[in-house]
Amino acid sequence: MLQLNDIYKVFNEGTPDEKVAIDDISLDVKKGDFITIIGSNGAGKSTLFNVIAGKTFPDLGEVLIGEQDVTGLSEYKRARRIGRVFQDPMAGTSPTLTIEENLSIAYSRVKPRTLRPGVTAKRRAFFKEQLETLGLGLEDRLRAKVGLLSGGERQALSLLMATFTKPDLLLLDEHTAALDPSRAALITRLTKEIVEREQLTTIMITHNMQQAVDLGNRILMMDKGKIIFEEEGARKKHLTVTDLLNEFGKMKGTELSDRTLLGV
Amino acid sequence: MWMSIFTSVEVGLMFALMALGVYLSFRILDFPDLTVDGSFVTGAAVAAVMLVNGVNPLVAVAAAFAAGFIAGTITGLLHTVGGINPLLSGILMMIALYSINLRIMGAPNVSLLAQDHLFTWIRQGIGGTWAIMIVMVAVVLIVKVMLDFFLKTEFGLALRAVGDNHLMITSFSGNIHFYKVFGLGLSNGLVALAGALVAQYSGFADVNAGIGMIVIGLASVIIGEAIFGKKTIIRTTLAVIVGAIIYRIIVALALRVEFLETGDLKLITAIIVILALVLPKAIAKQKETMRKRQRRLRLSAQKG
Repeated sequence: MLQLNDIYKVFNEGTPDEKVAIDDISLDVKKGDFITIIGSNGAGKSTLFNVIAGKTFPDLGEVLIGEQDVTGLSEYKRARRIGRVFQDPMAGTSPTLTIEENLSIAYSRVKPRTLRPGVTAKRRAFFKEQLETLGLGLEDRLRAKVGLLSGGERQALSLLMATFTKPDLLLLDEHTAALDPSRAALITRLTKEIVEREQLTTIMITHNMQQAVDLGNRILMMDKGKIIFEEEGARKKHLTVTDLLNEFGKMKGTELSDRTLLGV
Repeated sequence: MWMSIFTSVEVGLMFALMALGVYLSFRILDFPDLTVDGSFVTGAAVAAVMLVNGVNPLVAVAAAFAAGFIAGTITGLLHTVGGINPLLSGILMMIALYSINLRIMGAPNVSLLAQDHLFTWIRQGIGGTWAIMIVMVAVVLIVKVMLDFFLKTEFGLALRAVGDNHLMITSFSGNIHFYKVFGLGLSNGLVALAGALVAQYSGFADVNAGIGMIVIGLASVIIGEAIFGKKTIIRTTLAVIVGAIIYRIIVALALRVEFLETGDLKLITAIIVILALVLPKAIAKQKETMRKRQRRLRLSAQKG
């Protein structure tokens, strides 16, 4: 579904601040894969996401979604096929619009926007039905402005908006990291449910090792712009946090950051 | 007294169209667009020159809207394609339009007193004191309803999201550059439309008529929002319209004060905007303090 061929990206080339963010990464994501990506800060995870989403363009290499070469395609055009949830719960929704209006924007993602009303009775019924699957009671607050929702509610809504049009690819960028533990657990559970129900091809960045171990059928560990460890299928299933920490120590041979150790 | 308020409402209705344009750029797109000072005159200039050349007033007004639309899109392109800061894009366009407006008119001032125009039509066609008022109310309401509808379409919702959260709308396949350019076009189209109407109403187009227009537009938006709130789009657009009328009435009343002169108008405008910005906050704070004090009193009464 997603293919990255020899992606290379360097920032501040030729200056003392030169940093190779992605160092020749190739990745073949099959339809229905759920990949978790871990790695310390600055490992290149976010840059990798930006390259996939089209926010930044690789210096070398190509990006294919399905059969389509999207390497030079702008971010908003690619967005028709990619759903995204960001770390910041405020980032995925529009605060002065109502819940149903936000859902309408997400609903219009896959086709050109017209001069027809964004929210119709038929759509409202559909939105209601979708919101019910979250189990947060948002279906009764369709006309509430999203700015009034809590961080957890907004992130749940963002998750729904990113997924209910069944994108070819779902990118989750530490989307539970800014929430308190109980809300994070809720979003993690919803993510699992939605991805399984809709059979979405998903890539998730996380700093939470437990989450990385629990979710998905593939795991990647990144460091200094490279994929340093990879596991999938049955072996991924039996992976534990301890195994990951060992891998970290073995492959890196360097100290771990507190953040990584604590699995925050 | 009555007459000056009556006139204020008439003129206020025309300026309401301009205020709606400013609302689009400032509030919906979150883009402080200073093009307005130029595009208002562009509308007046285009309409005036066409009327002088015997063009049908309706066509002239439509052309004014189109000219303003184009001016707005250029500001938008300066910002999106040129990567120029929003404020500066507007200022550059405003200054450029000053010369362009002079070119369009061929002189700093074009008189329409001898011409047939929209309002001579209305005065002759319908007649009576209320004719212009009624037509203007109808025009403003039609524009308002169309704008309300537009802002709730798929396209309009995306436009609103651009000013609200551009990260989000991009991730839902909205091209923020396109929406900004279009939104600014629409905004300045409305401003130019107002310019064309005001020129015909006052009987001339003047190259300096646009100075401070953006502040007047802003004053209308802020006064309206302060009084009526901004709970829904329908309510806010109404607030902006009424705000524009109230602004005109305030100015008319202020000018009746003995020692104030016409030249003080800009100062009065600035003070109105400052008051409209500061007062609502001060009042809200005062209310909050009162509420808390009462609550404390109630609680201590319960205890005691």
